[in-house]
Amino acid sequence: MYQVGNLVKKLSDKHGRKRESLIPILQDIVEKHNYLTDEAMVEVAKELEISAAEVYGTASFYTFLDTQVRGKYVIRVCKTITCSMKGKEEIVQILEDMLKIKVGETTSDRNFSLIETNCIGWCHKAPAMLINEIPYTELTPEKVVEIIKGYLH
Amino acid sequence: MMETKGLNKVGLIFEKIDPREVLTKAYNMSSGEVIQNILDSGLKGRGGAGFPTGLKWKYAGAEKEKEKYIVCNADEGEPGTFKDREILDKVAYKVYGGMAIAGKAIGAKNGIVYLRAEYKFLLPQLMKELEVFHKLIDEIGFDFKIRFCLGSGAYICGEESALFESIQGDRGEPRNKPPYPTSSGVFGKPTSINNVETLVSAMMIIMHGPASYSQLGTKDSRGSKVFSVSGDTPTPGIFELELGMSVQEFVNEFGDGDTKAVQVGGASGFCVPRKKFQNAIIGFEGVPTGGSMKLFNSSRSMYNVLHNYLDFFAEESCGQCTPCRVGCQQLLKGVEKVKKGEAKSTYLNELVKLADTMKIASKCGLGQSVGNAFRTIVENFREEIIY
Repeated sequence: MYQVGNLVKKLSDKHGRKRESLIPILQDIVEKHNYLTDEAMVEVAKELEISAAEVYGTASFYTFLDTQVRGKYVIRVCKTITCSMKGKEEIVQILEDMLKIKVGETTSDRNFSLIETNCIGWCHKAPAMLINEIPYTELTPEKVVEIIKGYLH
Repeated sequence: MMETKGLNKVGLIFEKIDPREVLTKAYNMSSGEVIQNILDSGLKGRGGAGFPTGLKWKYAGAEKEKEKYIVCNADEGEPGTFKDREILDKVAYKVYGGMAIAGKAIGAKNGIVYLRAEYKFLLPQLMKELEVFHKLIDEIGFDFKIRFCLGSGAYICGEESALFESIQGDRGEPRNKPPYPTSSGVFGKPTSINNVETLVSAMMIIMHGPASYSQLGTKDSRGSKVFSVSGDTPTPGIFELELGMSVQEFVNEFGDGDTKAVQVGGASGFCVPRKKFQNAIIGFEGVPTGGSMKLFNSSRSMYNVLHNYLDFFAEESCGQCTPCRVGCQQLLKGVEKVKKGEAKSTYLNELVKLADTMKIASKCGLGQSVGNAFRTIVENFREEIIY
């Protein structure tokens, strides 16, 4: 768990306390803490004077506003058709082997989460994945090993 | 033999230009002149739906409301489309330029770029370019400001009214239409929402004049278009081509010699099998596309392609209306059953009827278009779905 009250206040000062401020605030919390805890969503609700259900209802609509535990680095492997045709399975396999987790899981040190995602717009350089917001393209298992090593250090 | 334009490469969208010159030209025109230029060019929206851009601006311009918005739809999520990312990466100043020109046309002072979360890595560079752009239009005299709004990973937010809901801080659920965005868009205000490429095209039309632009393309599909080419091709990538070529001509250029089908327009588009390449024109008179062109060769199972698309739609359906929410899931389960032999092959006919019902009964373009790929893949590759 993380202390979130002060952060939510700070973010509300930055983005405002209107309904349209909600998503930017949630995005910034996710950027800092990787996911949204119930506590964080309740704090946001108080600050914006809306119900916690409204906050959860909005957050849970969007796949990048995670409401379950995520690691520091969220790996999103594209599973849409071209990436799938060009070797996505191999990429997922090597990531599962290296991180010792399955798709949908987070490492016990909370460093990595591995998930599959829909088209990320790199079909011409498939297979592709995002680690947080950084795209990695034309992946091979060897390339993935090097990329992940870079994050382990 | 059908007459086509052939395959011609064009260099308008990525052409390096002096934005000051074009924007000064636009600034010195009346709103009506700007709109007339776009109307005369025949430009239709480049996001896929193909609504005439000039008409959109005309309708939004006619609204009496003082507060109006220009929204740039950069929520490029259609599988197989990646041209807007490249446009934003290479010529963002032309996207901003198109927005300022649109602002002039309809009388809007505010622009919002809705950028999909998957393209967040572009944001620092885009903000820097925006600063330079704001300085430039201030000097020319425009009263126009652009800001960014970041998506959070939802395909449906590419649908215009869902996108407005998202900007307003809500779940990205499409609205009922009418009212249309030109009278009630973001924050309930008159809004012109245009695709990234459309805005750049508009700027190029102001620069070169509508007559030279409308010489390109066909009667129903004027101009050129940026295509995102992927799948089984030796040359995947982004290509600006004149509209009006046949799928055959496209395959001659981009195929690997063994192309058995081209999916035109992404998961919500149409599958064109080899026997129809010759007579299918890529454009609004034939098979329309927002740019997504996926080639499949004979080593690919069209069942896998269809399954992948249905899985995509079942996940991305916003769940608000029943035909789409339940329909996507049932189509997915249905083809699995047929494949496993748990349902007779004639069950596919029932599923096609379901897809047709979704086209009529769904609230927005997502549910309405699932049937495009479904019908065209099932009709043309029935054996591959069954066996």
